This record gives sequence, C-alpha cells and structure tokens, in this order.
Amino acid sequence: MKICVCIKQVPDAKEVRLDPVTNTLAREGVQSIMNPFDEHALEEAVRLRESVGGEVVAVSMGPPQAEAMLREAISCGADRAVLVSDRAFAGADTWATAYTLEHALRRIGDFDLILCGKQAIDGDTAQVGPGLATRFAIPYVACVQKIRHADATGLVVERMMDDGYDVVAVDYPVLLTVVKDINEPRVPSLKGKMKAKKETILHLNAADIGAEPAAIGLAGSPTRVVKVFPPEARGGRAMLSGTVDEQVAQLAERLRRYL
Amino acid sequence: MLQVSEELCIGCGLCEESCPFAAIAVVDGLAVVGDTCTLCGACVESCTPGALTIVLAEKSGATRLTDWSGVWVYAEFRKGELAPVSLELLGIGRQLADTRGVPLAALLIGAETGDAARQLIGHGADTVYLVEDPALALFREEPYAAVATAAIRRFRPEIVLAGATAIGRSFIPGVATLLDAGLTADCTALAIRAEDGALLQTRPAFGGNIMATIVCEESRPQMATVRPKVMKALVFDAQRQGEVVVLDTTAGQLASRVQVLESVVGQAAEVNIQEADILVSGGRGLESAEGFALLRRLAEVLGAKVSASRAVVDAGWIPYPHQVGQTGKTVAPKLYIACGISGAIQHVAGMQTAETIVAINRDPNATIFSVADYGIVGDLSEVIPKLIDKIEELRQR
Ligand SMILES: Cc1cc2nc3c(=O)[nH]c(=O)nc-3n(C[C@H](O)[C@H](O)[C@H](O)COP(=O)(O)OP(=O)(O)OC[C@H]3O[C@@H](n4cnc5c(N)ncnc54)[C@H](O)[C@@H]3O)c2cc1C
Ligand SMILES: Nc1ncnc2c1ncn2[C@@H]1O[C@H](COP(=O)(O)O)[C@@H](O)[C@H]1O
Repeated sequence: MKICVCIKQVPDAKEVRLDPVTNTLAREGVQSIMNPFDEHALEEAVRLRESVGGEVVAVSMGPPQAEAMLREAISCGADRAVLVSDRAFAGADTWATAYTLEHALRRIGDFDLILCGKQAIDGDTAQVGPGLATRFAIPYVACVQKIRHADATGLVVERMMDDGYDVVAVDYPVLLTVVKDINEPRVPSLKGKMKAKKETILHLNAADIGAEPAAIGLAGSPTRVVKVFPPEARGGRAMLSGTVDEQVAQLAERLRRYL
Repeated sequence: MLQVSEELCIGCGLCEESCPFAAIAVVDGLAVVGDTCTLCGACVESCTPGALTIVLAEKSGATRLTDWSGVWVYAEFRKGELAPVSLELLGIGRQLADTRGVPLAALLIGAETGDAARQLIGHGADTVYLVEDPALALFREEPYAAVATAAIRRFRPEIVLAGATAIGRSFIPGVATLLDAGLTADCTALAIRAEDGALLQTRPAFGGNIMATIVCEESRPQMATVRPKVMKALVFDAQRQGEVVVLDTTAGQLASRVQVLESVVGQAAEVNIQEADILVSGGRGLESAEGFALLRRLAEVLGAKVSASRAVVDAGWIPYPHQVGQTGKTVAPKLYIACGISGAIQHVAGMQTAETIVAINRDPNATIFSVADYGIVGDLSEVIPKLIDKIEELRQR
C-alpha cells in the first residue's frame, strides 16, 4: 500500500507572542516543530505499513528549513520524504496549499491512502486535508480517532463527532485527517536516525510539479489577510482575598448572573 | 510577491520592525524578503519611503462579483435537532444581510427535519432551502458537500456561513474547494466593509496569540465557519414569515463512497463541550481520576459540563473529547472555571475567549491567573466543596 503523510512545520506555540506595544510577533529564537497532529498522522502511517505492508512517503510544502523536519519524519519511520518548496508558494492560504500539495502528490505517485493532521496549529484551519481530497475527487474522513480495521482494500475507522463518534467504512483511495487520540507517536530509533542522516530528500519546485503561477502562493489564494492585531486584553482581573470562606463568598456573589 | 525597490529603499529598518513574521530584514542597507513572508502587507504600510509593493499575479476567469447576492447560513441538523450554532449564525447573518440590503436564507440538509424550517424562519431566515432525503439522515461528507455545492451554484449567495463544528469543519472545506471559493475557519467576528461590501472575517491565529482579519476580494461566495457561542441568536418570533423552498436531489449527489456503519452517541449532553454555557475544567491538580467526582458535583449545581486539560486526558482520567486547548477543542463558554490547571499556553489557546474565567489553584504564581477574571489561591479539595455549598445557598434564597 502506498501511503502519503502531509506534514507541516509550524512555530512552537510556547514561543509565539505578539508584543503588545509594537504589535509584532516576538521572534527571539522561535523554534520550529512538526505540527503535533501530523506526528500522529505519521505514526499511524508507519503502523499501517507495519501491519499491511507498503511505503510511507512524507510530504511537506514549506521553506528549505522544513527539510530538518522531514528528516525527523524519516527517523520516525517514513521511507522517504519530499519537500515542495518555492518562493512563489509564499502567502498560500488553504486553497493554494491544497492545490500545491495536489500537484506535488500527482507528481510523486499514486497513493492509496493520504493522511493529514486534523489541523496545523499555526493557522488552526483544518481545511487543507478536506480540500486536498476534494481536489483528488477521493472520499475523506475528518477527525479520525481510531482505525478499527485495515486491509488491502479499505478501512473501518472511528471519526470523532461533537456528540460521540461514527464508525465508517471506506475503500481506498481515501484521505483521513487524524486527531491526537489515535495513537502515541514513537520516539525515533537509532536505526531511524541513521537512515534520516543519509537519506536524500527530493526537492520539488513550482515548475517541477507543473503548478500554474496564478494558482499558487498569494496570487492563488482567495483569502487575504488585511490586518493582524493583538487579542483584546482581558479586563477586570481580580484576585480575591481573605479567608477561603470569604473568597468563596465573593466569587459566588460575582457568579450570580450565571446561576 | 513582495517587491523591494532598490531605488527607494533607504535601509531604515521600519519594515523589519513591523513584520509580524520576522520575514523581512535589512541586509547591507537593503530590505530582503525571507521565506516566512505571508504577504500580509504590514511592512508595506510601515514603509515611509514607499519602497515595498505587493504584486499580485492576474488570476484568469475572475468571478463577476455582482452575480452573487444574499447571505446564507448552513443549518446543521443531526438526529432530530438543529445545532444551536445555526441559530446563532442566523443572528449575525441577519445583521450582515440587513447591512447589505439582501435577504437571509438558511440551507437545511437532512432527513425528517420536522419543524426545523419554522424554527429557522422564527430565528431570522427569510427563506429556507430544504434538501431532505433519507440518504442524508446520517452525516457523510460527499453527499452533504454535493447538495450544498449544487444549491450554492444555483442561487449564488455572496456569503455562506457555517458553524465551526465537527460537521461544519468537515464538509464545508470540501464545498469551498468545489466552488473555488475562499474559506476562513473558526471566525469570532464578522462585519461588512463599508467601501465595497466585502465580508471582514476575524479569527484568532497562532493559538490565539494574534487576531487576523481576512477578506475574499475576488471570489464568491465568501465563506466562513464560525465558532459556536460567540454570536447571539435572535429571540424566536413565531409570527415571522418566510418561505420554504424544497430542492430536489439527484442520485449522483446522494452517492457516497463512505458508509456509516454505526453512529455512537457518547454521553451526548456531556461530551459536546463546545456548546456549553458553563464549563468546569479540571487539571492535574485534581490529583486522580476520582478528583473528577468533585468537579461533576460542581458542574451539576451550575448546570455545567466538565472539560479538562491535556495532562489529565493523557493520564486517562477523562476521555479526549473533553480536552480543551490547542490539540483539543476550542471553547468559548460564558463561564469557564479552571480547577488545578496551570495555564500552559496550549491550554489557554483553547479557552481564552470565554466571557468570564475563574481560576482555582494553590500556586499563587500559576500563569492561569494572568488570564483569569477571578482567582482563588487555595487547595481545590477545600475550595470546591465550599463553593458548591455557597452556590446552593444562593440558589435557595
Ligand atoms: C504540542 C503541544 C500541544 C498541547 N496541547 C494541549 C491542549 O490542547 N490542552 C492542554 O490543556 N494542554 C496541552 N498541552 C500541554 C500543556 O503544555 C500542559 O502540559 C498542560 O496543559 C498541563 O496540564 P495541567 O494544567 O492540568 O497540569 P500541570 O501543569 O501539572 O498543572 C497542575 C496545576 O494544579 C495546581 N494544583 C496542584 N494541586 C492542587 C490542589 N490540590 N489544589 C489546587 N491546585 C492544585 C498546581 O499548582 C498546577 O498549577 C500541549 C503541549 C504540547 C507540547
Ligand atoms: N504546507 C503544508 N505541507 C504539508 N502538509 C500540510 C501543509 N499545510 C497543511 N498540511 C496538512 O494539512 C493538515 C491541516 O492543515 P490546516 O488546514 O492548515 O489546518 C495538516 O495537519 C497537514 O497534514
């Protein structure tokens, strides 16, 4: 089975902060990490290969630095990795990202299964996976919390819903987006780390994947950010004081409108 | 792309300071654009010499914007009930439609929808487009996306809103892709730009550390999913008049390669923490799974649901659907009571838009206090029982 995992490099949330005075992101040494949901997608891909056989290809669209993350993916079990990188991709929204990934994946090979994270934690949109599947005209299941059964023809999975979960059956080719509950990602093995060091990572640019210039990056993005600003500061902060009983009484009083 | 004019750039560094993404820097007296540029335009505004410009490539087959008119809300209907967020969306949808001077419609998809259409009209819809079929009883992405896309293509609304729920966030991106439309996820504010009537869509990004306002200038419809609980529903008016338009489906639209074998409703009322008005949330400070018994008692007197930090979900004290935060759910209740939660940024990202936040923690330096409206420093095993008593006492009076 040919499995593709889409992974994105994102800034570590702990370090991203907007300076309230200058209105810019505090940038000192902001580390990049593999999007947490994508770690789970990768782990699930590797587990599936271990059970049904095949190949796992990790694909990322991003700047050259994302190569380090792709090596990490190899150390965690991906067979090979592809970096889709071009200055012309800058400013891509989810429409343009899905378009670009679609063209890259068509170039790389025919996949039975595409795995994505539920969402990337920088934008939190959860749109690229469904967009990508729709572009391929293949079915997709979002927010998968468990793969109950996998064989050579298809899958039975549990998808998280707001009121519980649905059990759904689907044949390949299919795209899944996964949530954190699906598995516990492994730590890289020594053998994996060695492989990651040696492996050549294929680089593809806009021309390589045959992308239309008008459909990538900012030009291809129907949405445009017109303003960024810090969230409204939360007002009226009050540390209650006095004995525990007094504090509890003050609190209960203030919560009255919610009772 | 972002272009730097070598003639005009004086290397002053204003752009470097203004860039939220650290993507532009002055090197040898000239601004150089890096790979992290998102073309947000902050530097262009800041550049006094006017050396920076964003150059857009022409996109072929531009949409005729004037062909699209009206505001639509996707009315989410599952297992005999309308999702509350759909009514909230009719509230904001009404405002947007009135500002634009256009009608407001709801798109209702499902089976045996009963009086749901009446509900939608009573909450502000002028028209309900109803797509009803037994094949739509259970949610499946493909048929939902197909019927919604067909309806939108036919009636051409300029704006389409949906709840940022499991269902909305699953199939609406498919619809946007089929329509080649822009889609903004999980918005917390919507408004109409006076100059050109464009929809201003505001949403948190980077775990809520920054807010971004997004527009779709050249494509239609302008689509957004909206976080539950941030918009206000209108009061139901049984007298309101509206029209129900039944739409036909085709076999092709209803076909799906995904088969729902079973739909398991968790302790439904408990699990859907995004729709709760009050959340009582527990962290590692509860010390064990049994600690949640105390929280459930507090939740009961408040009519609240129970949520949790990741640490306790990972510890197996409570299932994942209850997790709040960056890798869990984003919630915006009226009241959020954090008990024994330290306030890690990944947790705060998921709850900071709550109307009122209360923190109970025995560590006076816990970061949760910096986002709390009211904080109590104390041991929760002492504070919570007292709070329960006090609330019961207030209730009796
Ligand atoms: C990529 C990534 C994603 C993450 N996503 C999420 C997410 O979605 N949601 C999330 O919540 N976390 C998330 N985390 C984890 C997050 O960083 C914190 O580790 C987690 O939120 C801590 O949970 P906690 O506050 O319950 O535990 P702790 O940090 O251990 O805090 C426990 C608190 O309880 C207090 N306490 C202890 N005993 C008592 C008592 N008897 N009475 C009163 N107070 C007491 C302590 O003073 C302390 O402040 C993520 C982390 C990473 C790296
Ligand atoms: N630039 C990218 N490269 C590879 N995969 C991506 C990229 N952006 C998004 N994805 C995938 O799409 C998922 C959802 O991302 P998003 O829609 O941005 O929240 C992520 O978890 C990834 O699996």
